[in-house]
Amino acid sequence: MFLLEVNPLVLPDIGLVFWNTIAFLVLLIVLGKFAWKPMLKAIAERESGIEEALLRADKMKAEIAAMQNENETLLAKAREERAGMIKDAKETADKMVSEAKDKAKQEYDRIISDAQLAITQQKNAALTEVKNQVGTLVVEVAEKILRKELSNKAEQESYIKQIAEGVKLN
Amino acid sequence: MASRTIKSLLVLCLSLFTMAFSGNVFANEKAVQTEQGNPAAAHEPAAHEAEAFNVTETILDHIKDDHSWHLWGHTSLPLPVILYTPKGFEFFSSAKFLNEHHEEIMYKGNYDYKIIEGKIKIVDATEAVDLEASKGLWDFSITKNVASLFVSVFILLTVLLTAAGAYKKTGITTAPKGVQSFMEPIVLFVRDEVAIPNIGKKKFAKYMPFLLTIFFLVLVNNFLGLVPFFPGGANVSGNIAFTMTLAVCVFVVVNLSANKNYWEHIFWMPGMHWSMKLFLAPIELIGVFTKPISLMIRLFANITAGHILVLSLICLIFIFKTVYASAIAVPFAVFIGMIELLVAFLQAYIFTMLSAMYIGMATEEHHHEAHDHEGHKNVAHH
Repeated sequence: MFLLEVNPLVLPDIGLVFWNTIAFLVLLIVLGKFAWKPMLKAIAERESGIEEALLRADKMKAEIAAMQNENETLLAKAREERAGMIKDAKETADKMVSEAKDKAKQEYDRIISDAQLAITQQKNAALTEVKNQVGTLVVEVAEKILRKELSNKAEQESYIKQIAEGVKLN
Repeated sequence: MASRTIKSLLVLCLSLFTMAFSGNVFANEKAVQTEQGNPAAAHEPAAHEAEAFNVTETILDHIKDDHSWHLWGHTSLPLPVILYTPKGFEFFSSAKFLNEHHEEIMYKGNYDYKIIEGKIKIVDATEAVDLEASKGLWDFSITKNVASLFVSVFILLTVLLTAAGAYKKTGITTAPKGVQSFMEPIVLFVRDEVAIPNIGKKKFAKYMPFLLTIFFLVLVNNFLGLVPFFPGGANVSGNIAFTMTLAVCVFVVVNLSANKNYWEHIFWMPGMHWSMKLFLAPIELIGVFTKPISLMIRLFANITAGHILVLSLICLIFIFKTVYASAIAVPFAVFIGMIELLVAFLQAYIFTMLSAMYIGMATEEHHHEAHDHEGHKNVAHH
């Protein structure tokens, strides 16, 4: 106690303790409500916002990468498809051409054979007609000749004799 | 380049302030000594000159609280005096304690009051202290320290409410600007370096307003104490009443938030032999009180020591009674002033960090300890 009384520096004044308590409580309440709360809240919000934004950015990156991958696969697929389509088209075209060729050949063959048939028929007909005409002509000529030859009796008889000799009786 | 210029300017300003401050201080000091300090010496100018300068008294006078706020020369700002006596409250200006010649006089209110060694006492007709009556006197005056404390409260409210308002205005979409950008790193520092490491991520939020308020109050008062002229100049954070109040607040918060585990570790240390438990309980119980007391003494001693150091260096000029002493004294005072700036921040940080640590100790969950405890029990049973 003696020391405390000797040095006024370590002797707290009731007045300062009283006012200090009030000042501290006022600060604690006012700042707590109107400064620290909004500040800490805003800081926390901003931090969570930044965190979220970073997470979102990462997600976006992943998404973009996924999209790129997808695009590439799509492109590859499209390329493949195109190649397939071209190939198919070529095949179809080739097939059509060959089919057309085949068909044309068939037709050609058919036409040729038809033509040949027709020619043969015509030829035959012509030949028949020629034969007929030749026959008629021959008959007519023969008739005329016979008529001329058989106009005298002697000749008729020699001829008949001649034919009769030719005929074999068996 | 720019920062170097600013640094040298700062040094220049600080040394100018220090010199101006010391000039005023000692002009006033001499005046006080001449006019009030020693009425007997006033009649013998020669004798007075010889004992005019008392280093210890001068320094203590600047560290102690006062009922008026010295501005310059003979000009002081009178402060309101609020007294409570068995006869009720009394309000009057501290100017009433001085007459027109700046001499200390008696004020006649409900009792006769006089300032004796900086404190208001009740005196009898012969102006001698009436010890019996003075015991019933409660001094709630707005002293220099209280006024300075109010200034710091005003500064804190203005600055911090402005900073908080900026969040409302601009929201969280923009980067912090102005005061806001100056305050936010400090708030973040208290949160990330003080509260979270000591209290833990789960519970720190509840104690943030308390820790922030303590940190800023101590910080601002430390800085204001370093300002040698009017709005500063008071030694608030180097006053035992101030540190005691804060330490009591920490004590209350720590013990109100203490959980079962904390008390168990104090009164009945788990995992110890019963004799050890009995031995440890009083030691731990003393620890409950020494923690806040250490807070109180640390801040008080550090800030007071800094002030004494700066004042002692300036006093060198008056001890050697030559202006050339300032060639050494002023650069040293500037150097110590720089260190004091660091100490001002450091002590605010240490006070807050230790408070957070005590709160952390009081709210810690001792899961692993509990298991150990059971393990010991099991061993004992076997």
